[in-house]
Amino acid sequence: MMVTDVFFYLFATVTVLAALGVVGARNPVHSVLFLVLAFFSTAGLFVLLGAEFLAAILVMVYMGAVAILFLFVVMMLDVDFARLRRESVRYLPLGLTVGIVMLVELALMLGHHHGSSQGPVAEKVENTLAIGQALYTRYLYPFEVASLILLVALIGAVALTHRERKRVHRQDIANQLARTKGDAVELRKVASGEGA
Amino acid sequence: MSLNHYLVLGAILFTIGIFGIFLNRRNVIVIMMSIELILLAVNINFVAFSRYMGNVDGQIVTFFVLAVAAAEAAIGLAILVAFFRNRATIDVEEIDSMKG
Repeated sequence: MMVTDVFFYLFATVTVLAALGVVGARNPVHSVLFLVLAFFSTAGLFVLLGAEFLAAILVMVYMGAVAILFLFVVMMLDVDFARLRRESVRYLPLGLTVGIVMLVELALMLGHHHGSSQGPVAEKVENTLAIGQALYTRYLYPFEVASLILLVALIGAVALTHRERKRVHRQDIANQLARTKGDAVELRKVASGEGA
Repeated sequence: MSLNHYLVLGAILFTIGIFGIFLNRRNVIVIMMSIELILLAVNINFVAFSRYMGNVDGQIVTFFVLAVAAAEAAIGLAILVAFFRNRATIDVEEIDSMKG
């Protein structure tokens, strides 16, 4: 058994166990932490596959941003998770049925798939260079569209959660610019000797 | 390691994700985490095929899947926060204003 085989089984086992933890944990905070573990061990699998760039992206973007976003939301919302969890046993038979049927189907499909005895194909250039060469030439427009999607998500998330707070004094620039001399200054004729 | 090892792992992860949607079908947050697991399974398949066919395109697709999944998670959680602020629940059974 080669070292890579040992690492494959290690990472694969940890990934599957962590995925089961995500699904089955009673506390959603534990679910999020299991999700981080699943992402991390998948990043290890990506390294084994020679996709170092995606492994780094997975660790930075997924563990560093998305999972922490989930963690923030889970901790920020004051949800009674035990109540949501109580009736989940009712859905267990249906879930198991669908899961087993799907697994059997996938197993049958993979059982008929034979042409994979060849080993991994070594890349001619290093992984990051290969991705960069493909991403900035053939996939340039999809790349730009992806950046637009992220921009829309950024603005959308702020717009959805932004709350206009009352009773906070803040500068209203439009209002300031709309001021005229007429409504800002009042001239009064004060007779001499009567001004206070 | 043959390609089939990775495909089987992807299949198992995908099934666990589907199972999680059924098991936690009242809790939107865990449903979204299950969707992340499903996307992870798809990504494993893409990277494995990319590697075993000597073609970098699969990794590019994974890159886009990651970008879109990040956007989806951000928007989904923002909707969830806005919804919780209005209704003080995230129970799927109670999200029925549109009588769906």
